[in-house]
Amino acid sequence: MDLNTVKEVKRPESADVVIWRNGYAWLAGGTWLFSEPQLAIDTLIDLETLHWPALHASEDGLDIAATCRIIELDRFVAPLQWTAAPLLCECCRSLLASFKIWNTATVGGNICMSLPAGAMISLTVALEGIYTLWPREAAPRQILAADFVSGNHANVLQPGELLRNIHLPTAALTRRFAFRRSSLTHLGRSAVLLIGTQNPREGDLLITVTAATTRPVQLRFERVPSADELRHHIDAAIPDALYWDDVHGTPAYRRHLTYYYAEQIRSELGQKGARA
Amino acid sequence: MNYTVNTRRFSAEPRPGQCLRTFLRERGFFGVKKGCDAGDCGACTVWLDDMPMHSCLIPAFRAADRQITTIEGLKQDGKLHPMQQAFLDAQAFQCGFCTAGMIMTAASLDDDARANLSEALKGNLCRCTGYRSIEDAIHGVVLADEDVAGMACGRSLKNPFGEAIVTGDARYTLDIAMDGMLHLKVLRSPHPHALIRFIDRSKAMAVPGVISIFTWEDVPRRLYSTATHEDHLVDPDDTYILDNVVRFVGQRIAAIVAETVGAAEEACRLLDVAYEILPAVFDPVEAMKPDAPLLHNKDGKADHNIYVDIHGEVGSVEAGFKEADAIHEMTYSTSRVQHVHLETHSCITWKGDDGRLHVRTSTQAPFITKSKLCYIFGLSPRNIHVFTERVGGGFGGKQEMIAEDLCVLATLKTGRPVMWEFTREEQFTSATTRHPMTTRVKLGAKRNGILTAIEIRVVSNTGAYGGHASETLAAALGNPLTVYRCPNKKADGYAVYTNMVPAGGFRGYGSAQTTFAIECAIDDLARLLGISMFEIRRKNMIQPGDWIESVWEGPQDVTFGSYGLDQCLDRVEAALAMTHGPARSRGKDWVEGMGIALAMLESGPPTEHRSGAEMKLLPDGSYHLAVGSTEMGNGSVTSHRQIAASVLNSRTKHIAIINADTDRTPYDTGTFASTGTVVAGKAVALTAEALRDNIIEFAACFTQTAPSVCCLEGTYVLCGERRISLVELYAAGTREGHHFEARRKAYSSLRSVAFNVHGVCVAVNRITGEIETLQSAHAADIGRLINPMQCRGQIEGAIAMGFGWALYEKMVYDGNGAMVNPAVRNYRIPTFADIPRSEVYFADTYDTTGPLGAKAQGECAINPVAPALANAVTDATGIRFPDLPLTPDRIFEKLSFQP
Repeated sequence: MDLNTVKEVKRPESADVVIWRNGYAWLAGGTWLFSEPQLAIDTLIDLETLHWPALHASEDGLDIAATCRIIELDRFVAPLQWTAAPLLCECCRSLLASFKIWNTATVGGNICMSLPAGAMISLTVALEGIYTLWPREAAPRQILAADFVSGNHANVLQPGELLRNIHLPTAALTRRFAFRRSSLTHLGRSAVLLIGTQNPREGDLLITVTAATTRPVQLRFERVPSADELRHHIDAAIPDALYWDDVHGTPAYRRHLTYYYAEQIRSELGQKGARA
Repeated sequence: MNYTVNTRRFSAEPRPGQCLRTFLRERGFFGVKKGCDAGDCGACTVWLDDMPMHSCLIPAFRAADRQITTIEGLKQDGKLHPMQQAFLDAQAFQCGFCTAGMIMTAASLDDDARANLSEALKGNLCRCTGYRSIEDAIHGVVLADEDVAGMACGRSLKNPFGEAIVTGDARYTLDIAMDGMLHLKVLRSPHPHALIRFIDRSKAMAVPGVISIFTWEDVPRRLYSTATHEDHLVDPDDTYILDNVVRFVGQRIAAIVAETVGAAEEACRLLDVAYEILPAVFDPVEAMKPDAPLLHNKDGKADHNIYVDIHGEVGSVEAGFKEADAIHEMTYSTSRVQHVHLETHSCITWKGDDGRLHVRTSTQAPFITKSKLCYIFGLSPRNIHVFTERVGGGFGGKQEMIAEDLCVLATLKTGRPVMWEFTREEQFTSATTRHPMTTRVKLGAKRNGILTAIEIRVVSNTGAYGGHASETLAAALGNPLTVYRCPNKKADGYAVYTNMVPAGGFRGYGSAQTTFAIECAIDDLARLLGISMFEIRRKNMIQPGDWIESVWEGPQDVTFGSYGLDQCLDRVEAALAMTHGPARSRGKDWVEGMGIALAMLESGPPTEHRSGAEMKLLPDGSYHLAVGSTEMGNGSVTSHRQIAASVLNSRTKHIAIINADTDRTPYDTGTFASTGTVVAGKAVALTAEALRDNIIEFAACFTQTAPSVCCLEGTYVLCGERRISLVELYAAGTREGHHFEARRKAYSSLRSVAFNVHGVCVAVNRITGEIETLQSAHAADIGRLINPMQCRGQIEGAIAMGFGWALYEKMVYDGNGAMVNPAVRNYRIPTFADIPRSEVYFADTYDTTGPLGAKAQGECAINPVAPALANAVTDATGIRFPDLPLTPDRIFEKLSFQP
């Protein structure tokens, strides 16, 4: 929709030249910004003109620019040894948005929106991502993906701070995985999205809970736990108040499916070689 | 900046925050539609360098120096794009408002994407079709029949505006440009109940571009109802254009007109309103209590917010329950849902060179809107013209005057053209909804399943204003009870004011709500008695020869013009038997069940309804038909042409049609309650017959043959051995002063009854509460099919809407009566993935009262869908879910299964 409060668009060649003030907003794909009135915003600062390369694969893993479009991530052809790479497509398909939105929406935009159902958050937390942030007036800093989102539509970014890059380490990309998702409608917004990963040689287990909770929750086990152990860990890690409550699912439902899917993942990855 | 749109190149500077959608529309590319303006519906889809995008989300500046392709640019060398042709061949549209975006999306799909339309089309919403015809189009299925003289009726002929729809040339309400246009925006109340103490407009007036601000002090102090019924007494006069009392969150506070939308919006934000907050009540049962806050204080009569109560009893239910071997009693409820027609409410008004006021609008009732405007503003009827061109969906939501009045006010005060377009959010917060109803049902029956008593008590939440409250309540107490023969029936109904958004007309119109309750209860009773869902209905359903009666005694104007309920039930039973079986099991966590429900609908409303048509023979030997009723995706222009062509033994392509225009068509009381076919269609049939007789009479005279040996044949008249072209006849007649024209009216009295039966098989996941539809079968008794393809389309659309109501949709409110999910993203109407392909069957009947044997068809099909689904879920799980919607999180709660 038209953002009639916006009076100016800046298209800088470098983010450094931007002196931040209230009323500014970074414009990535714009697919959320342009979907609701933005009364507090008078200036858009276009990130497209910064021309950050979208994807860079190396021995260390995958670097994803915040401005990488969803479509680019979805079409990325991963090295064969990256056994967890199918999660990239799974998570793109978990977005409520259609493929047409993927043509413009960005990975960073989804993460910075910080909605519980943000599937790029699910993906990058589950794959133990590291975000590079560019504060306005300080040196770049790094943060674990799991620590970025602090609540519904809330994160650790300071005013004007940019998410620049997401690094997914090879160690995470070469794990086995299990994926579970549920929505109240077909292909709708996620009510619950759980991803489990495992190093097949070590037999550990990492379960990432998203969509069900207001922020991502990770459960890390050195060995695949028993069903009881898993339940107790979830009990301890997710108090009732952390389950998200909106029209896309009641907290009780999200809680119920969190336990249910976590157990399925435990059981699936507990079997040797199921999906390695 | 340089732009290339289709083949047009130009330089332009978009506004900084402008999206591509409005940038294109401002330059005349009206094929780019607004459905949601938030990237969820896909109506605005265009290509940027051949990539499909939602233009409402694309900053306009980013489209510079790229190839932009809109629906208008899809044709190559004057030839339709194959996907446009495919949509035309499968007639994959009804109102057509989503079509441009749907085609732009479909035309971009590769074979893989076409194989998975659930994914590929999840960003395109259609509220009319139920997606089956769209799927067919994309797969190249050709459904339309050829247009052959004398065979118009009963064939699947194309919509006369189909080509305009698939090319983006069809002009919906706002698809015109006009110099000097002002834009109207409305400030809406954040409070559910308040008095306006003071409005300071100084800051708002200072915004550059603001022309005028209107508050309650600037409008005629004249009460009316926004509901458009010709009989204005069936709705309460409880509304002012602008009021100093606020009764729901979202009510209009002030209207501002400005040179731009942005200026009007900014001025709305700068209006300073001092409110005195009043206590509010949201629940109708609470609102009926003596100490509840009173919404409308009429003559100091404290009637506890009950706008209307309706009661009736035939026989004695007390005696009936005494006789019963089994009694079932339970309370069922339906939720508040919105029409979500893809074209939001919108209107353009202007003063013409003729000095008259012209109102171009999106309405189901232009003539009633005209009389209401005359009444409110004291206008002379000859000085105002109300019309529609193309309307992007209605479903009852546009049987309401909630946009035209403010535009007229602004044009009268400023003398300038004024445009107002509802945002999608306003559709949810401030237009009308279905009346939520809570129905207690008590049924008594003998051991053999024969009903001895039916008693219902209905409480309807009409919200802040009472439009349609009495009519929907009467409908709620009517047909759903009438369809069962039982000597003892009783109903009590209450429509109650609350501080909620007002409810209004919506497909199914009250009847859908209690059909849900009663059809669930009948199922529960069958289970209690241990007899089948089919048997209990066969034993008790109305039969030809029965007295057609709900709970009111006395003569009625309803008759069995035809009867096919038995056929419908047989067809659905056979369909379900064919494919239902344990073989479908999906695993241990899935349980399966089957459910059916039936519904009856009187063809046409009980209140006064009439419709007129006019026809002329033209000098070129073709015909012109003018009919007052509205086309909003219901297919009436297609069927009206077929009816006329059938009577005139012609081809539909020889009949030009115009409709819903107070200057150019005869009077019509509005298109709702299935009047498009049974009343307006009858007017067309009578008019065509009169014109046929007129032509034959002249031809007989002219050729000196007996009229009995004269007949029309395509563009000729046969008079015995002689064959004269209509062109020649017209010329001859005109020379002699003969007028080849006719005009007739039809009334909605002596009404027939139509029936629908829906059956579904579902699988329910005992752990996640998910519901998968395994089979959906529908049988309709709608008389003769004027256009089978279109009839099927109407039914599929109604089924989809029923699925949405039953399984997904719910307007959710906070404790202050403000809607929590006023966006398509959060109020999910069904997408392609949510709707099964239904089997649709028709009873073989020919109605003796309807035009050419047809009966009501657009409305009733929704009624049995939700209860059939609920009954299937109960059959699968053994648990009754008496409240809609049946979302997985609500299903799971009752299954209480712990893995």
